[in-house]
Amino acid sequence: MAENNSPNRPDKGLMGMLNWFDDRFPLMETWNYHMARYWAPKNFNFWYYFGVLSMVVLVIQLLTGLWLTMSYVPSGAGAFASVEYIMRDVEYGWLLRYLHSTGASAFFVVVYLHMFRGMMYGSYRKPRELLWLVGMAIFIALMAEGFFGYLLPWGNMSFWAAQVIISLVGAIPVIGPDLMEWVRGDFLISEITLNRFFALHVIALPLVLIILVFVHIIALHHVGSNNPDGVEIKKNKDANGIPLDGIPFHPYYTIGHDLPAIVLFLILFCLVVFFAPEMGGYFIEKPNFEPANPLKTPEHIVPVWYYTPFYAMLRAATYPLFGIPAKFWGFLVMAGAIAVPAVLPWLDRSPVKSIRYKGMISKVMLGLFLISFFVLGYLGTIPPSPFATLMAQVGTAVYFAYFVLMPWYTRVEKTKPVPDRVTT
Amino acid sequence: MMIKLTNSFRAAIVCLGLALAPAAFAASASDWPMDTMTPNLQDQPSLQNGWRLYMNYCIGCHSLEHQRYERTADDLGVPYDVALDQLVFTGQKIGEQMTTAMDPTMAKNWFGAPPPDLTMVTRVRGEEWLFNYLRTFYLDESRPLGANNKVFPNVGMPNVLEELQGVQSSACIQMPKIAANGGEMRDPLIPGQAITEERCGQLVVQEGTGTMTPEEFDQAVYDLTNFLYYVGEPSRLERHRIGVYVILFLVILYIITFLLGREFTKDVKH
Repeated sequence: MAENNSPNRPDKGLMGMLNWFDDRFPLMETWNYHMARYWAPKNFNFWYYFGVLSMVVLVIQLLTGLWLTMSYVPSGAGAFASVEYIMRDVEYGWLLRYLHSTGASAFFVVVYLHMFRGMMYGSYRKPRELLWLVGMAIFIALMAEGFFGYLLPWGNMSFWAAQVIISLVGAIPVIGPDLMEWVRGDFLISEITLNRFFALHVIALPLVLIILVFVHIIALHHVGSNNPDGVEIKKNKDANGIPLDGIPFHPYYTIGHDLPAIVLFLILFCLVVFFAPEMGGYFIEKPNFEPANPLKTPEHIVPVWYYTPFYAMLRAATYPLFGIPAKFWGFLVMAGAIAVPAVLPWLDRSPVKSIRYKGMISKVMLGLFLISFFVLGYLGTIPPSPFATLMAQVGTAVYFAYFVLMPWYTRVEKTKPVPDRVTT
Repeated sequence: MMIKLTNSFRAAIVCLGLALAPAAFAASASDWPMDTMTPNLQDQPSLQNGWRLYMNYCIGCHSLEHQRYERTADDLGVPYDVALDQLVFTGQKIGEQMTTAMDPTMAKNWFGAPPPDLTMVTRVRGEEWLFNYLRTFYLDESRPLGANNKVFPNVGMPNVLEELQGVQSSACIQMPKIAANGGEMRDPLIPGQAITEERCGQLVVQEGTGTMTPEEFDQAVYDLTNFLYYVGEPSRLERHRIGVYVILFLVILYIITFLLGREFTKDVKH
């Protein structure tokens, strides 16, 4: 917002250049709107690191992905060997690959924590419903991105995991088998499937993700950030219209709060990349060091850890209903479990936003939800057994109960009084 | 330098000679008690000996198709001319991949399945598995190739290392009885004397049938496993070396950014 007609306006040097740009592009205006004069609540805590960390990981994935694409060969005969070529013959190829494989897991770690933050502090509540929905779209796009990417090394687990997930489409009544063939582009998972997954992984979904992240931030900066108290800081402004509990996002959050956290995150991230990239088989699964083999099923097919809670729910459905196989119901349960957080803004009827001021039932339900997510995550990694299936069914019931019962328990419970201003 | 020339094409001959009946590779779980194996990538003589053993006993059937001779020679400290002269028996060039001369179609006819590429065998099955697998072949006339394995029952592979280890069979022997607390039971009447019991399915090597003592053979298999552990991820040492510097750099950067950040957050009044 430079004053274009001021006689003292410098037109030489660095400031002159800046002004030249500013006359032609809303440079300072954009900077101020999103950074220097974006008022963020001053009481952000630990949980507010994971938004910016998601963006850090997104950048890591885009850059390492770009360089991996330079040496990767998306063909049935060449894909597996090209990954090993990257690991051995490309200069620092091993580093690019491990950054990317660890980045995939790190992405879900930070996104899950970011989402849990939103659930704890009611960040999905009015006026942030759209912000939450865009976030859910990012989450689903990210799951798709991870799924498509997992086929690309063309290892045996790549092949069979894709086989299991695509076969779910085949369980859809009537159109299933034809639809499955259409998705694969072949009668089985083949090079054709690999090529389309490659296209989706390196072009379509990254593009969707970047656009959605952009929209997510635009939406956030329009409504303003929530905070651990769930208090709207815009309700208390000073004479200049600046929220009393707000501080400029830059530099207080960029340098003061986020920068050390990003470095700390990178330390943990690099510890994995350099010293435990397989993470005991959870980040890179052992059967994936064998090439894809349609004739050799791995002893037990497990998705990567970030899908296992949903995979456990898929396997928890064991009863065929109305003549439709259990697999299809499992598919519906899984899809429902992934999508159900999207309706949170309309399920939560509590007069308060933050868990800090909600009643005991909300706290217990959130705790149970968290436990069910971890238990399901573990169950998804082990082979099915009657006991594990029973546990998964209980876990699934608890998971859905958190959402389905929310309109009831958020209304009946006694909440604590919310302060006018944010607390520290 | 530990590189010595031994019988060339040994492995190929063994494979060709023994593999007349097709046998399917049937994977089944085994409860054989595994000995531990801790690889040591700093031990170059061990890795060199492992490479030598691989080139003499394994590559006739099992390729290392993702790994190149040149990279291996560089990492293991073997001069190129020594490597080409004493380890590469196929006339390949130093920059080529370590492929096998065996025709996969014919191998499939002989064994039921072509012998798998072993570049990443330690990453798929683990170094401990490999170390135990290679030491637990035993005589079994019921198998098409006359050998069975404790870790991988009914495996299609013949006992390639038998001339080194000697003839090993699965037998019933007297072994110290194990008490409930995990210790060996002692005879209360004769001090120090162990109470024994007969246990079957134990591996016994016929003395004098192999060119190596049990200790030498264990060391040889250790070296071979160590080598395959290296081949599974040749950049592992470099990864660890660079990792230390990266972490040190980030720790220093963290201290700086932490102090910088603290200066800013001091302004915020609560």
